[in-house]
Amino acid sequence: MKKIKMSKHLKDNLTTFSIVTVAFIIVEILKATGHISSLMKGLLVPVCIYIICAIALNLCVGILGELSLGHAGFMCIGAFSGAFFSKCTQDVITFAPLRFTLAIIIGALFAALFGFLIGIPVLRLKGDYLAIVTLAFGEIIKNVINVLYVGKDTDGFRLSLKDTVSLHLSGEGKIIINGAQGITGTPNDSSFEVGFVLILITLIIVLNLINSRDGRAIMSIRDNTIAAESIGINITGYKLMAFTISAGLAGIAGVLYAHNLNSLMAQPKNFGYNMSITILLFVVLGGIGNIRGSVIAAVVLTLLPELLRGLADYRMLIYAIVLIVLMIFNWSPKILELRKKYSIKGLIGAKKAGEVK
Amino acid sequence: MSFISYLINGISLGSVYAIIALGYTMVYGIAKMLNFAHGDIIMVGSYVIFCLMSGTGMSPLVSVILSIVCCTALGITVEAIAYRPLRGAASPLAVLITAIGVSYFLQNTALLIFGANTKQFTSVIKMEPIQLFSGQVTVTGETLVTIVCCLIIMIVLLTFINKTKAGQAMLAVSEDQGAAKLMGINVNGTISLTFAIGSGLAAIAGMLLCSSYPSLTPYTGSMPGIKAFVAAVFGGIGSIPGAFVGGIILGIIEIMSKAYISSQLSDAIVFMVLIIVLLVKPTGLMGKKIQEKV
Repeated sequence: MKKIKMSKHLKDNLTTFSIVTVAFIIVEILKATGHISSLMKGLLVPVCIYIICAIALNLCVGILGELSLGHAGFMCIGAFSGAFFSKCTQDVITFAPLRFTLAIIIGALFAALFGFLIGIPVLRLKGDYLAIVTLAFGEIIKNVINVLYVGKDTDGFRLSLKDTVSLHLSGEGKIIINGAQGITGTPNDSSFEVGFVLILITLIIVLNLINSRDGRAIMSIRDNTIAAESIGINITGYKLMAFTISAGLAGIAGVLYAHNLNSLMAQPKNFGYNMSITILLFVVLGGIGNIRGSVIAAVVLTLLPELLRGLADYRMLIYAIVLIVLMIFNWSPKILELRKKYSIKGLIGAKKAGEVK
Repeated sequence: MSFISYLINGISLGSVYAIIALGYTMVYGIAKMLNFAHGDIIMVGSYVIFCLMSGTGMSPLVSVILSIVCCTALGITVEAIAYRPLRGAASPLAVLITAIGVSYFLQNTALLIFGANTKQFTSVIKMEPIQLFSGQVTVTGETLVTIVCCLIIMIVLLTFINKTKAGQAMLAVSEDQGAAKLMGINVNGTISLTFAIGSGLAAIAGMLLCSSYPSLTPYTGSMPGIKAFVAAVFGGIGSIPGAFVGGIILGIIEIMSKAYISSQLSDAIVFMVLIIVLLVKPTGLMGKKIQEKV
């Protein structure tokens, strides 16, 4: 019998998929047998949201090598466009799975469109500038949504940036996006199962991209832009491609988020700069450029605080310290030298260092 | 007349941004890193003043001086512990993410010590408001002191950099670290000095900011910090007069857009300015163009 030879990538990817699937099955069994507290149940969808976000950001930070601090903004766009669609079509499309699928596609497309539009100017910059400009865009998105009023009546949609009165809605018109109050009454279509499917889709997209010709081109830009350019790689095109996909995936997470809550508001705590940092934390702790690591870090860091209630006050402080220590441990030239010198298994150390890079 | 009072308020807010931006621009020029934690040092400085004044009843002057000392020490410590090990790291993202970590650390430490409640900051500046145009425009003492402080700091800093040996060393390090080292300049010492000056300025900025806008929370510093970075980029990063001009213009833009366009959109407008500047003239108003070499 001929043995099918699996490439290293395929094996790696299959491991990631099986970890996610096994975790899903275990949680489902626990849920069915009632071994899961209601608090934990409430966390299942947020975990999925964080995982998708972390994978999306890792594509940008780890694979493309540019730090984006605006992914919460893309999530925000996805959330609002998805929720907007669901709210409008609530009476027309009564079959929830179809409506939610469409909402996800629309949310992802809108976020990707914004990622593309923002990417064109932003990706000309790099490093610190890119980080701060993406942060600026994230804040702009949040601010604009907070003053956005959209209503619907018999004449179609009406839009205003001032208040609900200036929409001039006719008698039976209703307000869909109500400024800082956001969208209320979005159908609760999100569930852990949907989240799991979306995680799988995200993983398939990202892992396939990484191991494709395009993915290798993107990574070559990260490793040496000038060298990549000199061998004819279209720098702007590939950067834009990775950024757009990353934004679209963040949009998916946003749609999931919007359909998990009754009222959706663009506040600093859910779509602000701190959210972007929290996602970045998952990426850094899971290993920059390591997709499986992001998934695990997102799960652990979301569930851990709930398990260690006593430490809740110190949670963020500990995260901050871990972030600093980890960065120094992984990147400091002196410490890397020491690690190489004193690693028990020189080979594994070298391999790990290569992976991180 | 309201236009003139908005303009004065804008210059005052802009002066605060300018002082913060000076810290950013110096650190960026010399250490080539974006110190995300700079804004949070402002917050730490303000809390120190707040505690000393309301807790122990010290005189404003003493508490401001102590706050400057504390922030200077904090800046040097942060640089030595978190940033120095990462100098020469393979990826520029490493030190940026660490700086975000430091910012997070300072915010959450303040959150643990002081709680999330807003503290009412008592103004350090005790000066009667001045009436202009026969009482149509009122300039508060805080506004006046802020603008004067900013001018003095600018002049002192420019003299320091151009006339003293330490200042010249800073210029040399910002130009070429390797060559500066060969010339016998203590590069690490110079970078520490830069962080010390920047953080000291942050303490002064914190004092001025909280005197004009007296609500103090652990997140007080982060937004002004980011806006001051916008100012530094606007003026041309690495340039001291640039930070000054950029800060003032940004302050005026912010107050004007709050007054005439929309108070909710003012942040968005300020950030739009950053994006436009970076697209049209990435080196800012007074920055130098740096060619990337292979």
